Parts: sequence; structure tokens; C-alpha cells
Amino acid sequence: MHKDQLDVLKRIQELEFACVDLNLYLDTHPMDQKALMDYNTYTYQLMMLKNRYESMYGPLKNFGCSQSQYPWKWIEGPWPWEIEY
Amino acid sequence: MHMWIYEKKLEYPVKISCKDPRMAKYIMTQLGGPDGELSASLRYLHQRFHMPTDQAKALLTDIGTEELAHWEMICAMVHMLTKGATIEEIKESDMGAYYAIRDKAIYPADSTGNPWTAAYIQSIGDPVADLHEDMAAEQKARAVYEQLLQLTDDPLLKDALRFLREREVVHFQRFGEALRSVEEYNACKKFY
Repeated sequence: MHKDQLDVLKRIQELEFACVDLNLYLDTHPMDQKALMDYNTYTYQLMMLKNRYESMYGPLKNFGCSQSQYPWKWIEGPWPWEIEY
Repeated sequence: MHMWIYEKKLEYPVKISCKDPRMAKYIMTQLGGPDGELSASLRYLHQRFHMPTDQAKALLTDIGTEELAHWEMICAMVHMLTKGATIEEIKESDMGAYYAIRDKAIYPADSTGNPWTAAYIQSIGDPVADLHEDMAAEQKARAVYEQLLQLTDDPLLKDALRFLREREVVHFQRFGEALRSVEEYNACKKFY
């Protein structure tokens, strides 16, 4: 995987980790407004970055959650276990 | 539609310095062992249906889903650690008996070869008992990761193992909070 693509992917992983961890925290602290604001902020940044990544490198998600360029890009590697970080 | 969406990426980067089929065999216990990631995911995703509070239903759904991402990371580790290993290296490591059955294929077994079984997990219908089981499972998984960290010197592999260990600590904390929500719910129940 090219370094530029890898850099965006790593940034996506960072942002998504913040969302995963805040999500679990919010599950048991639904009234924490500060945490919710952080969650919404990171979620917005993550959505923007994923859109950018997918427009450049192809879909991250299947089943109608991402569009694909021609030809069908979903099948293109490297798959997650083949990436050399 | 009720479904999970697959995203073509790992939750956290998995890197290794060099192939190590012996370590692959050890790590396999977090794939198909009693306190592995597959057990964790299926335990939580089955228990959520009888949780009485929305907090507990959400948490079991979300942690059960995150555990699937951890299961994929473990599969990636096993795959990378065995990739390119020669027959001599396989024979010198503990992987020979495994190789005889299934080459280097990924299969949910523990580090001694026992196949994964649903007997590893519980879902007994009592939310307090089940959440206690979940907290214990997270502590056991944390202990296994610490044991695995002692079995390798590879700093890159250790980085991903440390990430997974840390997630067990967070999950334990969150399950404790969900347990409190269930206990408060039980305390408020009206009896006539």
C-alpha cells in the first residue's frame, strides 16, 4: 500500500478509535454532554475522512454503504490482513 | 435489515518484525480458546437479548461488535506470523501437528489444538449473573494477553497485543457500570 494511502488509513483508525471508546463510555454515561460533543465532533471528522479515502482508494464498506468507481473496486486488495503498515 | 457492516480495515494496525510460527500457535488461544475474542463476541451478542436496561443492551451490542474486530486482528497476527514459514521452521516450532491437519489455514482452536466450542461461553438469562461472567471473562482475557506479552520479544507485535490488553481493561470497567444500571433497575422494581 502506498504511503499516502496508509497515512489516511492510519488517521481513520485513530479517529475511529476515539469514536469506539467514546461510544462505549456514552453507553453507560448517556448524560455526559462533554463526551457527547466530543463523540459528535470526531464522528463528523471521521465521516469526512472516510469519504475522502473512498473517493481516492475505493470503498471501505460493502452492501450499499459505499459507492464504487468502475470497475467494481470492492474486490481490490490489499485486504486488511495483507497490509504492511 | 438487521445486519453488521464489514469495513475493509483493522481496528488497529497489526505489524510484525519477522515470521514466528511458534508465537502464532500461542496467539491462537485468543482466536479459538476459552477467553479468546470469538468467545467474547458470541458471549455478548447472545446475552444482549435478555438485558433489562437499554444501557446493557447497547453495551453488549457494541462490545460484542468490537470483539469481532479484535478477532480479525488475531487472525491477521496468526496469518502474518506463519506466512512464508518453511517446513523446517514449522517442524521446529509447535506448529507441526497443526500443519499436518490444515497447513497454515486459520481455524478457531486454542494454542493446544482444542477446537472452539460454545461450552466456553454462558448465557443463562439472569442479567446480574451474565454480566458478572462478562467481567470475569475480560479479566481472564487481560491475563492471557499478559502471558502472551511474556512469550514474545517482537516490539511491533507487542504493540498490537498491548492495545488488545488495554481494551479488556476498558470493557471490564464498562461492564461494571452496566451491572450497576441493572442492579438499580432491579432495586426499583415494584413488588405487590
